[in-house]
Amino acid sequence: MKEIRNFSIIAHIDHGKSTLSDRMIQATDIVSDRNFQDQILDNMDIERERGITIKSQTVCLPYKANNGKQYHLNLIDTPGHVDFTYEVSRALASCEGALLLIDASQGVEAQTLANLFLALEHDLEIIPVINKIDLPSADIERVKKQIEDDLGLDSKSAILASAKEGIGIAEVMEAVIEKLPPPQADPDAPLKALIFDSHYDPFRGTIVHFRVIDGRIKAGDQIRFMSNNATYKVEEVGLFQIVRNPSKEITAGQVGYLIAGIKTVSDTRCGDTITLDAKPCSVPMSGFKEAKPVVFASIYPIAADDYSELTVALEKLKLNDASLIYEKDTSVALGFGFRCGFLGLLHLEVVQERLEREFDQSIILTVPSVQYKIILNDGSEHIVDNPALYPDPTTIEQSLEPFIKASIIVPDKYMGAVMKLCLERRGINKNYQYLTSSRIEMIFEIPLSEVIYDFYDKLKTVTQGYGSFDYEIIDYRISKLVKLDILINGERVDALSQLVHEDRAQQRGRIACERLKDEIPRQMFKIAIQGAVGGKIISRSTVNPFRKDVTAKCYGGDISRKRKLLEKQKKGKKRMKMVGKVMLPQSAFLAVLKTDSES
Amino acid sequence: MQETGSNLGIYVHIPFCESKCRYCDFYSITDKGLISNYLSALQTEIDLMARPDLKSDTLYIGGGTPSLLHYKQIGQIVDQITMAFNLDVTTEMTLEVNPGTSTVRDLQDYAAFGFNRINIGIQSFNDDYLGFLGRQHNAKQSIVAIEAAVSAGFNNIGLDLIYGLPNQSQKDWKQDLLTAIKLAPKHLSCYMLTYEPHTPLGIDHEAGRVVPLSDIRIADMFRMTHDILGTAGYEHYEISNFSRGSRWRSRHNQKYWNLSPYVGLGPSAHSCSLPRRWWNHRDLSSYMDALKSGHLPICEDEHLNQEQQLIEGLYLGLRQTDGIDLKSFQERYQIDFQLYFSRALDQYFAENWMSIDEKNCRLTVEGMLFLDRIIDELVELID
Repeated sequence: MKEIRNFSIIAHIDHGKSTLSDRMIQATDIVSDRNFQDQILDNMDIERERGITIKSQTVCLPYKANNGKQYHLNLIDTPGHVDFTYEVSRALASCEGALLLIDASQGVEAQTLANLFLALEHDLEIIPVINKIDLPSADIERVKKQIEDDLGLDSKSAILASAKEGIGIAEVMEAVIEKLPPPQADPDAPLKALIFDSHYDPFRGTIVHFRVIDGRIKAGDQIRFMSNNATYKVEEVGLFQIVRNPSKEITAGQVGYLIAGIKTVSDTRCGDTITLDAKPCSVPMSGFKEAKPVVFASIYPIAADDYSELTVALEKLKLNDASLIYEKDTSVALGFGFRCGFLGLLHLEVVQERLEREFDQSIILTVPSVQYKIILNDGSEHIVDNPALYPDPTTIEQSLEPFIKASIIVPDKYMGAVMKLCLERRGINKNYQYLTSSRIEMIFEIPLSEVIYDFYDKLKTVTQGYGSFDYEIIDYRISKLVKLDILINGERVDALSQLVHEDRAQQRGRIACERLKDEIPRQMFKIAIQGAVGGKIISRSTVNPFRKDVTAKCYGGDISRKRKLLEKQKKGKKRMKMVGKVMLPQSAFLAVLKTDSES
Repeated sequence: MQETGSNLGIYVHIPFCESKCRYCDFYSITDKGLISNYLSALQTEIDLMARPDLKSDTLYIGGGTPSLLHYKQIGQIVDQITMAFNLDVTTEMTLEVNPGTSTVRDLQDYAAFGFNRINIGIQSFNDDYLGFLGRQHNAKQSIVAIEAAVSAGFNNIGLDLIYGLPNQSQKDWKQDLLTAIKLAPKHLSCYMLTYEPHTPLGIDHEAGRVVPLSDIRIADMFRMTHDILGTAGYEHYEISNFSRGSRWRSRHNQKYWNLSPYVGLGPSAHSCSLPRRWWNHRDLSSYMDALKSGHLPICEDEHLNQEQQLIEGLYLGLRQTDGIDLKSFQERYQIDFQLYFSRALDQYFAENWMSIDEKNCRLTVEGMLFLDRIIDELVELID
């Protein structure tokens, strides 16, 4: 057990975590250079495209240290985006230490801080690594000072590295051996193992990722999940070595996987404790942080017939994404679908894209909402995250909305721009402090509903990419909430409704009408689009009817082309929703999602 | 639908132009140095495609600008075609010419080769619009060209016109129509200006540098065209085509709309022999390369299933004022047109977009304006 190290790499987005992981994997020769694909742990397309890690991956690296001993290094990759704090916390709970990666030119950012705090909560040993030292803009001394001042860590222990150029990798490997503690565990105690992740394999069912705290586990064991007392017979255990590598047993301190014919989603709970059915441990592992969804939206299949397919897809997706929650929902306009809870807007986008790419689903997503508290005249309190369930306004005594504490770190020359952005979003500036002579941390209290759309993108824009952002929900505050409805030819489309602050209704309504005008295809008749609050129309736009729709020329070369177009349009229509006589394309629903920008 | 006929139509694409017109998306190039290589490739293609066993009752040499070739080269093509296919004196033989490219002498020679129909790319009788379209001739040359064709003895003359240009008024277009009527061609093709992607005009439109005339105005021009030409004795037999009575319709072009077989020769040319459609490489060098190595220069080859054939039957049938022949439609597709599409048809009858009698179902002039939308809806009803 002394030869095991369990660790994560924590970093702000883009500070080079995936590249460092790649280099460490290469340093251990478990993948040949020839077969090496950059960012090997980011195995979802969307992760590679966006350069972010969403789904944590684990890899067990056999490593021969300078002291001549053979070690098992379990590198647990963690997501690097603000929405995925929960995934980070699950990964960190199975580690003894962490590499804190900091970009030598960017310095300490909001998520560097947030992730460090998470790691410290788990009592992890921290090794600071200053990355990208090869960049001309690298300022090592400044970053060292930030490590001392902002993070309260000893900067003398920081390793200088360039993962891209392979500089400092050997030092990192040795530091993991020397500075991080081996797991403290009792291999002879009853089995106690922690589920920190799981994913779905179409051939083997659910693959459970776990860390053995005490005891040992092997194929043939009858295991029990302590949250629901479900029992399974273990078919296979093994280590993650890029591919799954079966082994005889997994002992205390190790990280591995198990396959036990677990077919249904609900049986695997991340944070659950695995023990032996015959000889259980006395107490389960204490507390994982509960992932609390903060953004809610409904997902509908474009074709009503695809509802059951979507159900299966969501079930499978949930296997890989414990933070996704959903329940059945219905809409007059869109039929059967699901109300889903997400950790944030990026999480929502990731789920949407995965449903479309990996599961080939054509879906419509409704306007995201936060959870409001509505107090009725009779004093009863209701949680509302779905505009469809918004009560009759005359019965409402008071509405409350969630507020966040936002921490934004920027070079101070962007202070004015950030201030303007946050005030526009109904933010309240609570505090600011200089972290260094030119970098400032600004603290705002902002309604959550104001940041779930495009706040992060906007922040990046106004700070030319230098602004970093982290947040936590603090409390609920009294708000003036209204429901904005969209009417198409006089018919209310429930899936386009949204709950907004009264002061925002006019603007949102106007932009929604303009956007919809551009997305709804012209038809034979005039289409009126209206935004309404209560019975009052607050915005409108019109899609003019066709005055002609005819292809003038049709000779030899035009016939096949036109036929192919007609066939394509026929397919496209299956992706449209009829509202009364009006056809709404998927893009119309998406357009309303983006109504927050001024353009 | 008219009697489709099993006789073959032959089209030859001459891919050369003096310069490219801004709106045109037909394949052509301006490097005349390639003409002789092209002609030998064409010779090979004609030999490979030879069907002396089938009667061919139309030959259409279009482009591009066929009249850019030397008259002897045109004669040579006709000779080669005559040897490879089964043509006779009744064959409709059309040559496309552009104003400013052919003299009376040339036209007399064309007649001597057997051409009995001349189609002239007039496009407009207004020099400003000709400039906008990027044409290389002026209105005066257009009139000279028409007169030359008449004096060379051509009785069957067709003119192409374009309307719906930016800022064009009803009056401007009416003037063009009246000028055309005065010249008494047997056939008129009147096209709404289309902004084809990748053409200079299409790119300008995409970039917002050209503001198209509004659909309302264009629709009005379409109605006016129907009325004015109708009064002058022209029959509106297809969306964009008019003739002085049915006998002067373009027999060749009707083959496209009536699903008759045709062979297309030259780059980008399309051929049809249902359920098969195929077409040649668009680009001249791929076309010539294939033929140089003795292969047909086929770019794509389709075999249409029943549904695809039905889609085409609907679209092409409703383009023509003869409309869909209910009996042959039933025979061809095993579908009762009126019953099968009844969900949509009632609305069209109510709107007066469509009319039906015992034999045919056809679009009205109003209905023609919405042909694409109507077809779209009918296609959606196909299971």
